[in-house]
Amino acid sequence: MDFITQHPVLVVSLAKIVGLMFLLMTTLAYLSWFERKVIAHIQSRWGPYYVGAHGLLQPLADGVKFLFKEDLTPPSADRFVYILAPMLALTLALTTLALIPFGPPSVQWLGESTLIVANSSIGLMFVFAITSMGVYGVALAGWSSNSKYPLLGGLRSSAQMISYEVSLTLAVVGVVLLSGTLNFNEMIARQSGPFWHWNIFYAGHGSFPQIVGFLCYFMSAVAETNRAPFDLPEGETELVGGFHTEYSSFKFAMFFMAEYANMITVSCLATILFFGGWLSPFPESWTFLRYLPPASLLVLAVYLAYDTVVLARGIARIQLIVVTTGALLIGLVCLHPVALAVIQGPFWFLLKVGLIMFFYVWTRATLPRLRYDQLMSFGWKFLLPVSLANLVITALVKVWPLLVNHG
Amino acid sequence: MSIVPISYYLVLSAILFGLGIIAFVFKRNIITIFMAIELMLNAVNLAFVAFARAHNQLDGLVFVFFVIVVAASEAAVGLAIVITVYQNRQTLNIDRINLLKF
Amino acid sequence: MTLPFVVFFVCALLAVLGALTLILAREPIHSALSLILVMVSLAVLYLLLGAEFIAAVQIIVYAGAIMVLFVFVIMLLNAGVEERTDYSQLAKYAGLALGIFLLLALAHWMAHSLIGQQIANGVGASNASVSTRELSAQLFQKYLFPFEATSILILIAILGALVLAKKDE
Repeated sequence: MDFITQHPVLVVSLAKIVGLMFLLMTTLAYLSWFERKVIAHIQSRWGPYYVGAHGLLQPLADGVKFLFKEDLTPPSADRFVYILAPMLALTLALTTLALIPFGPPSVQWLGESTLIVANSSIGLMFVFAITSMGVYGVALAGWSSNSKYPLLGGLRSSAQMISYEVSLTLAVVGVVLLSGTLNFNEMIARQSGPFWHWNIFYAGHGSFPQIVGFLCYFMSAVAETNRAPFDLPEGETELVGGFHTEYSSFKFAMFFMAEYANMITVSCLATILFFGGWLSPFPESWTFLRYLPPASLLVLAVYLAYDTVVLARGIARIQLIVVTTGALLIGLVCLHPVALAVIQGPFWFLLKVGLIMFFYVWTRATLPRLRYDQLMSFGWKFLLPVSLANLVITALVKVWPLLVNHG
Repeated sequence: MSIVPISYYLVLSAILFGLGIIAFVFKRNIITIFMAIELMLNAVNLAFVAFARAHNQLDGLVFVFFVIVVAASEAAVGLAIVITVYQNRQTLNIDRINLLKF
Repeated sequence: MTLPFVVFFVCALLAVLGALTLILAREPIHSALSLILVMVSLAVLYLLLGAEFIAAVQIIVYAGAIMVLFVFVIMLLNAGVEERTDYSQLAKYAGLALGIFLLLALAHWMAHSLIGQQIANGVGASNASVSTRELSAQLFQKYLFPFEATSILILIAILGALVLAKKDE
């Protein structure tokens, strides 16, 4: 116990990292379930429903499948780079999540804030630095497979990623101008108040609403993470599979997880920059809303109990009993004041991130794919000028009082 | 004063610069020679940042910023030239393209 | 052996190993990867020296854009393995010896320079990180002209690269 009190930074950091990794890996797995279910319901079918209740054990089955598949390496592939590429992609995709604040810095244990792993004063720039390194995973994967389709897919994919990085960064600079800081917690603090104080609407005196910025950011982010409608380089009907054609078993699973982790990162950034991060959209004076997290968990537990009793049979019933008890316990624990204070920030943050992920999956199910030249011309000839225009207008609106006074 | 003495950073910068010079003189592939130039520029950047910390001034950091920007534009144009050379001579070995003709 | 020393030695070792791999690798793609390793370890060293903005710029621009350009060109041109030179072998060995001598001489002068000793005696320096706000104040006030000039330089470089890479009609 002395060790814990003498080295608070080390202990708390290790605990945060372990907790975040655990939650993140589970979320990545269940994100694939979420995507399949949502796309299925949009397309008037059911999606996974067989493996466990509501298909909830499907990610587990997929994980087992990935682990037990045969791991082939193309004989003429460059072995070192072939193994390095998926490791690089997954590591970089997971590292960005260390900089994201899930809640207010006031939630502390042993004097260190617990809801953000690394509170850097230039957090935003580090996030962009790490995502710009993510291009290597794709390019090296395409190259090291030593085969036509992966090489073409890898080159196209990485060219697309570096093109949309520019407009991604420019769309965000408007928000940085309004906030005056690159630190995430301060950016969120400047958006405090009900939802009309968020950066996307009106972030205080003399600021231009960042709706255009958000739309540019979202479109660039969808292209940056190689998701539909910008997923030509990896669509199955186009280039067989793009840069990950020659990868099997766990290395393919690593690319898969890296793509979802990139999606999560980009959604978290959008929430922090445009939608007020972990702030509640309602005024602080409505204190009864502090009971919303445990209330929602208890409602979920009631629904699951109905499912257990009425609908499910067999293994699905056992699984649902476990999940219902879990939801019930967590809901009851959150009624305790300390846990209630801790859970406020993450609840709203995860809700907003979930909504943006829903938009991601919705776009995938709805829009057709763009051809590669259409994609590149859209990025360079439309998104880049619009992001620049947004930046210029935001800057003008901000310094207009100074110009008028001295003019 | 940073805890690690500044002269350590300067020695590292000198070693990297020397290795860059050795790579520049000994390698035969144009692109590798280009990368040796970038290595030398990085070594110089490290020296600039170390001195900026030592004298507690910001001018060294501004210099590093400009060196990075100039290296970027130089790499862009230089690699375009390399591609043109490859299209004309079909080789990247500098021993084979050191004559103006042939 | 406090933490800054350990981080410094690990990063210095990685940087030197990367530079050695750049020289000794047979494939250009391995040289490119080792140069990326050098740049990332230098970025960590910049963080140790308190220049966090420059560290982020180094990773975004150098390791994340310039080296991507290098990797693209290597992939597009399918640059083969490194060949041996057909010039004089004596020049090669003498050159290696002279190169190593140059390296050691530079390192010695840097370690024992007058400036180095002044700094070692603690001529005014604090340990705070440089904030982005101060750096941008310098960049946009004192160094405004070079800033605008480099933006024109980048524009010219873009035009030059476009003209060179265009196929002749």
